[in-house]
Amino acid sequence: MKDQLMMMKKTAEEALGAASSLSELEDIRVRLLGKKGELTAILRGMGGLSAEERPVIGQLANEVRSFIENRLDEQKNLLASSARAEQLKKETLDVTMSGRKPSLGKTHPLTTVLDEVKDIFVGMGFSIVEGPEVEFDYYNFEALNIPKDHPARDTQDTFYINDNVVLRSQTSSVQVRVMENQKPPIRVIAPGRVYRSDAVDATHSPVFHQIEGLVVDKGITMGDLKGTLETFMKTLYGNDAVLRFRPHHFPFTEPSAEVDVSCFVCGGKGCRVCKGEGFIELLGAGMVHPKVLERCGIDTSVYSGFAFGLGLERIVMRRMNIDDMRLLYENDLRFLKQF
Amino acid sequence: MKIPMSWLSDYTDISGITPEAYNHALTMTGSKVEGIENPGDNLLNVVVGKIKEITPHPDADKLVVCQIDVGKEVLQIVTGAPNVRPGQTVPVALDGALLPDGTKIKTGKLRGVESAGMLCSYEELGMSESDFPDAEYGILILEDGLPLGMDIRDVFHLNENIVEFEITSNRPDCLSVIGLARETAVTFGKPFNLHKPVVKGSGGDIRDLVSISVEDQEGCLRYTGRVVKNVKIGPSPKWMQERLSACGIRAINNIVDITNYIMLEYGQPMHAFDLRDLEGSTICVRRAKEGETITTLDDIDRILDPSMLMICDGKKPVAVAGVMGGQNSEIKDDTTTILFESATFNGALVRKTARKLGLRTESSARYEKGLDPENTEPAIMRACELIEEMGCGEVVDGVIDVRGKIDAPNVIPFDPARINGFLGTDIDRAFMENTLRALDFTVEKDTVTPPSFRKDIEGFADVAEEVLRIYGYDKIPSTLMCGETAHSIKTPAQQLEDKVKTLLCACGLNEIVTFSFTNPNFFDKLKLAEDSPLRQAVTISNPLGEENSIMRTTAIHSMLETLARNQNYKAANAALYELATIYLPTEEGALPEERRVISLGMYGDCDFYDLKGVVEALFDDAGLSGARFLPESTNPTFHPGRYASICVGKKEIGMIGQVHPDVCDNYGLDNEVYVAQINMPDLLTYSKNNKTYKPLPKYPAVNRDLAILADDSVLAADVESIIKKKAKNLFAGLTLFDVYKGKQVPEGKKSMAYSLTLQSMDKTLTDAEVSQTVADILAALEKDLGATLR
Repeated sequence: MKDQLMMMKKTAEEALGAASSLSELEDIRVRLLGKKGELTAILRGMGGLSAEERPVIGQLANEVRSFIENRLDEQKNLLASSARAEQLKKETLDVTMSGRKPSLGKTHPLTTVLDEVKDIFVGMGFSIVEGPEVEFDYYNFEALNIPKDHPARDTQDTFYINDNVVLRSQTSSVQVRVMENQKPPIRVIAPGRVYRSDAVDATHSPVFHQIEGLVVDKGITMGDLKGTLETFMKTLYGNDAVLRFRPHHFPFTEPSAEVDVSCFVCGGKGCRVCKGEGFIELLGAGMVHPKVLERCGIDTSVYSGFAFGLGLERIVMRRMNIDDMRLLYENDLRFLKQF
Repeated sequence: MKIPMSWLSDYTDISGITPEAYNHALTMTGSKVEGIENPGDNLLNVVVGKIKEITPHPDADKLVVCQIDVGKEVLQIVTGAPNVRPGQTVPVALDGALLPDGTKIKTGKLRGVESAGMLCSYEELGMSESDFPDAEYGILILEDGLPLGMDIRDVFHLNENIVEFEITSNRPDCLSVIGLARETAVTFGKPFNLHKPVVKGSGGDIRDLVSISVEDQEGCLRYTGRVVKNVKIGPSPKWMQERLSACGIRAINNIVDITNYIMLEYGQPMHAFDLRDLEGSTICVRRAKEGETITTLDDIDRILDPSMLMICDGKKPVAVAGVMGGQNSEIKDDTTTILFESATFNGALVRKTARKLGLRTESSARYEKGLDPENTEPAIMRACELIEEMGCGEVVDGVIDVRGKIDAPNVIPFDPARINGFLGTDIDRAFMENTLRALDFTVEKDTVTPPSFRKDIEGFADVAEEVLRIYGYDKIPSTLMCGETAHSIKTPAQQLEDKVKTLLCACGLNEIVTFSFTNPNFFDKLKLAEDSPLRQAVTISNPLGEENSIMRTTAIHSMLETLARNQNYKAANAALYELATIYLPTEEGALPEERRVISLGMYGDCDFYDLKGVVEALFDDAGLSGARFLPESTNPTFHPGRYASICVGKKEIGMIGQVHPDVCDNYGLDNEVYVAQINMPDLLTYSKNNKTYKPLPKYPAVNRDLAILADDSVLAADVESIIKKKAKNLFAGLTLFDVYKGKQVPEGKKSMAYSLTLQSMDKTLTDAEVSQTVADILAALEKDLGATLR
């Protein structure tokens, strides 16, 4: 019997080594270890053994069984892993093929940049306010120290609805509305559409966007205006951006400044984009004119303020290297999808 | 305003300052320099030469060979010009010369004869006939005695830096050489040397020759006149012509040139009348009478009205005050006695008149900004001084000077501490005082008084700016505001807009931005009813054109135009949105309502339900529940069977549908197009941002598919509301997954296949409970809608 068992172990070893599929292994298991299998058959002869032999053979039989079982498991694992490897090999993808993109829409470049601008100012404690686009002449001009027949009206060709109502030519109109409705401290930006009678070309549009800023509080200085705009510009254009403040004239600010930013192309050395100046005109600003504050009932011996207005299109065009303003209003999908 | 730097140097020292440094410095003190040009930069290596000898060209009849002495050497130059003679002085372009038209001159051979350059005509030197009215055709013959070899630019003063300034409207005083020389002097800390004109006079008395009265004292602040007799009209001297030309003004004759020269130098427009044409030898400044006319110097007949201020003689207008003179009294070749006018008119009045006449001149542009009444006298003295210097007439003694209502100077408190506090600077008092004095302000202990030419200086902020611009804006330290932190948070409306944009982009729609004014023809393109309120639009009284003349009352028009444009650009699919403003007129005298709307549009690989799905997603995201889509067939813009009004309760908050094929035709759209418009304020009102957690179910859900057979006219919304109602608190979801008409479904009926999910929060549902609920639902469907299980 011992020989039979050893023989069985040997043939099992060979058969398992040769098995190439899970079903073959199963066949071998059934043939050797099944209820009607060879081992059972051999053990049936145990009755004929002596009491001394029985435990010895019994142990041997158990050893052979567990040997076969272990080998079966090993073989199974081996076959399974090679089958998986085979499968994985078949499943190889060309990962350089392009992915299936979900169809995502994009915000318009004007919105994208405006949102960024809003975030910067909200972070500096500014609220966002709005005012009407179809506006009384009073808010667009009179209250801003631009009476009728003021030559400054010539520089902004304004659309009129009637003698008293205009399409606002500047978001500065919102300044007075805010000051009429809110006591200082005031810290707001007012983005929105403005209108001027300019024919459409690569750099002009009769409809465009401005962002007005207004701060009124005790002890506001021109230095605060500079600091605020510098913070804004450096956040928008990066820490390398250099601002240049130079004197200018607006009827509703005094002192007034035009603010240039170092050319983003040449960094200030002078190039074609900045017409050799190294700087690009970006916005108008100044200390709110005392007459404007007084007209809104704000005591100029206690309060002072600054205001600024910048053109959104100009920032967007600079930012995204757009050379023709008309692209912003044509809404060609081939353009919109680029951003 | 263009000014040659040499003219500025008559009044201050600018030696040693490079154009770049000048440009930067003046820009930073407020006189923005647009550019500095030197016309001589395009004219190089052209010198004065003398023709020594002329011989015929051996091989060409029309050419001659000249020997030209250019100082250091004698050159052989071939020319075809007919007017050269030995002994003439001529401009010679040397080898390597550059001419203003870009031509480069090189030594070469003409018909086999070497030519070491070119003789030039005035045109080749970049000048025009008006510079040399008497020149004969051919080479420009120069005056004798010029040093040979002299640079031609020095002969004609072409090597000159001309500065172009951009002057802001508050500084009419800087529309002059003197004004800008003052700014230059203060900027560079140099002395400013104002010249006081000296007029010798020639006896007589102006009062014997002319009388001047001002009827409208508000319109004419000051009128100063002088008379010049024995005038010899002729060209003005070269130096004057050159300066005028550098400033962009054409020379005419000595008298007119003097008036223009004064305008440039003093910023004071002047006029000269031929005294013999003034009827009654009198000048009266008055408003025009109804029906009066004048032919202005530009040869146009102008009809006047009493709003216009005129210079008149005893009978008729002879000039439009501050705008342009009349032909009837202009300077002619045989003029012998002239009246110089140097006056100050009310700026607003001049502006109105110029606008009404459609006639904007150098003169009116200056008057509009408000000129200094104290400038009339120095200006007219300078004009008379020039007359005497140029020897073109005799100045009659006496000045007639009529002063109207002139404002008293503005005395402003001077408080250096307040100025520093306002600017955030630490500028010392001495710097402030020196700067203000250099700018011609009178500085006392506690007050400053601006000069008469600075009407723009009204209060302490203006004084602060004067100090600051000379001190330097760039020297202000940057600070950040202190004080209370302002409360800043986006309003609910702003937050909702952000949310809407994010959601719509996630749904695959691209944002567009369109003009808010448009063409009134859109009323018809959208097939709006004749009495549609959308036809009532805010109208621009001075539009750029019909196509941009009204403010839009709907955003659908802009959307369709944009979709059509993209279709023409061959976009197969388009899905767009705009957060648009529409402008709805309200009552007379009030501003219109500016309503924000969400405008949606798509064509291509989509249908009605794709767009509706976006709208539903939008409502879900915003927190709007209970919106109903009510089918309507009466909106003429839309397909009558594919349109819904979107309502919350009874309030219509928007619309959605397929655009009517006729409307598509009007826009050239070939596709089926779907659009929606939703009122933003309503979305805000009805949205609740109060989403809270609902416990996740612990017990299994049961799905039942129901195929409902119903009349075609039965609406899914009604079926669904009955199912929901009858499923009570077991309702956990309902999807319509198929609608079928055709075989096995009777004519006029449809089969609607729903997947219903039931679930209890408390227990596992039994079959009996599920079947009972489904039976209740089916019973109600049959009773209310006549629908049965198929």
